Amino acid sequence: MRLQLKQKSILPGFGLALGFTVLYLSLLVLIPLSATFLKASSLSGQQFWHIVSSHRAVASYKLSFGASGIAATINLFFGLIVAWVLVRYNFPGKRLFDSLVDLPFALPTAVAGIALTTIYAPNGWMGRFLAPLGIQTAYSRLGVVIALTFTGLPFVVRTVQPVLEDLDKEVEEAAASLGADRWQTIIKVLLPAVLPAALTGFSMAFARAVGEYGSVVFISGNMPLKTEITPLLIITKLEQYDYAGATAIAVVMLVASFALLLTINLLQAWSGGRLKRAHANELPETAEFEAAR
Amino acid sequence: MASITLPNPGVLAASRAVQATTEQPWVRWSLIAIAVAFLGVFLFLPLAIVFSSALERGVSVYVGALREPDAMAAIKLTLIAAGISVPLNMIFGITAAWAIGKFDFLGKSLLITLIDLPFSVSPVVSGLIYVLIFGLQGLLGPWLAAHDLKIIFAVPGIVLATMFVTFPFVARELIPLVEAQGTEEEEAALTLGASGWQTFWRVTLPNVKWGLLYGVILCNARAMGEFGAVSVVSGHIRGRTNTMPLHIEILYNEYQFAPAFAVASLLALLALATLLAKTVVEWKARQQSTELQRMSGEAL
Repeated sequence: MRLQLKQKSILPGFGLALGFTVLYLSLLVLIPLSATFLKASSLSGQQFWHIVSSHRAVASYKLSFGASGIAATINLFFGLIVAWVLVRYNFPGKRLFDSLVDLPFALPTAVAGIALTTIYAPNGWMGRFLAPLGIQTAYSRLGVVIALTFTGLPFVVRTVQPVLEDLDKEVEEAAASLGADRWQTIIKVLLPAVLPAALTGFSMAFARAVGEYGSVVFISGNMPLKTEITPLLIITKLEQYDYAGATAIAVVMLVASFALLLTINLLQAWSGGRLKRAHANELPETAEFEAAR
Repeated sequence: MASITLPNPGVLAASRAVQATTEQPWVRWSLIAIAVAFLGVFLFLPLAIVFSSALERGVSVYVGALREPDAMAAIKLTLIAAGISVPLNMIFGITAAWAIGKFDFLGKSLLITLIDLPFSVSPVVSGLIYVLIFGLQGLLGPWLAAHDLKIIFAVPGIVLATMFVTFPFVARELIPLVEAQGTEEEEAALTLGASGWQTFWRVTLPNVKWGLLYGVILCNARAMGEFGAVSVVSGHIRGRTNTMPLHIEILYNEYQFAPAFAVASLLALLALATLLAKTVVEWKARQQSTELQRMSGEAL
């Protein structure tokens, strides 16, 4: 078979459209991104390693990845509940809550940052109740987790919601008629069905949180080694005109985000594949349910 | 439950079936309470504090904060940055959707992944990459300095950084829509003698107009609100290279909380308008698709 670069079509404009797309993508995204790696390559391996493994840098990775992981886990747990409640139940104000879920996508991060800081400051709306309990939220690591929970909130809800909507009620009826109680149906039938979507949402929330800057800088207090996230360390190095240092840390972040992007794509392929199978073969979850019994 | 007061056996069976696939009321209401509390603390409280803090010191402080020259300059710069980057990214999105959605070619999925790339790059890194190219120490820095051109710590850098972070929005919204439309309608138009442009304007574009609008709205919201990337390239020169989010940061760090929240409330209103537009557009798109289904049903 002859290798075909493009399938035949009578529609015009392919060359022009693809040419413009690739040109614009290269000029705006690909070339600037590769400049970072070019700049980093001017460092020797030893210099690079010295910068990215410094005490302060490692402390910032721990905070950025650790807090992102905790925030994404909080969002996974509550996101599943919120998605479930929005799809299955009726209650007053449901439409309003549903629309508001996307707020963290639409609200500028700086606005979210100052709002959350004001709420969780020791005299703030939430802070005044938490401070007497000895819980310091603003200007602590907990504050970072709160800010990252806010930015990642919509992901799990929005990936799980359509899957729950598509799920046939018959599957649950089948499980019930085969003698499963409600709890078993949820754990063994519903949860496996939404798991790939939930994990996709989890990784998206995690990826977004790792790079987040605006909503965190106000609430974190920005103390080196304690509440300094990796993006802030890059800015600090830039402000000290340490371009090599900033670039080296940026390369670490870029590699991490590419790895996360790959993970998300694989997860999406997995959940897409499961959905397709579910449509091709009726009630596969029931079969799984029986196998599990 | 209702089954006690309704002895009819059919209804009894039905209510039992309902019970088997739903939860007991106390479980239901606890879950609703958890969800509402979570969304309330994380979404309602931040919104409420923005407006209450903005108006805390009275309407005159609020209006004064917005009419102050530095605030006006920041609003103007934000509008300029969004006014340039949103139309350019819209044209890119439409072109990319035509190439990717209507044709099959080698490397298509790689191209889609590359278009999504800016979403996964930290905003700070998005700004940094332009500093590394156009900054004084950057690759093109010496050449730009020799020709007296300023990109970093000036408006062009802010526009570039905004373009980068908002790059995928329209394309990502349109590509799946254009792909789902297929090519039959365009082929029919072309066979009937329409030119390529006519086909695009009269067949393709009307089919995806709501998706396009939604993509543009999202793109605009992010363009006006971007903070991290713009912060790296702006240089924070008051009245000259400060966008609204940067102006908010400066006011807040100077403990001018009411003015900071006053400017923030404009961006919060923009966010609310974005969410409202999203809800309307989704509703319109659903209406359009059911109408199309009905029409194709009648045609059969």
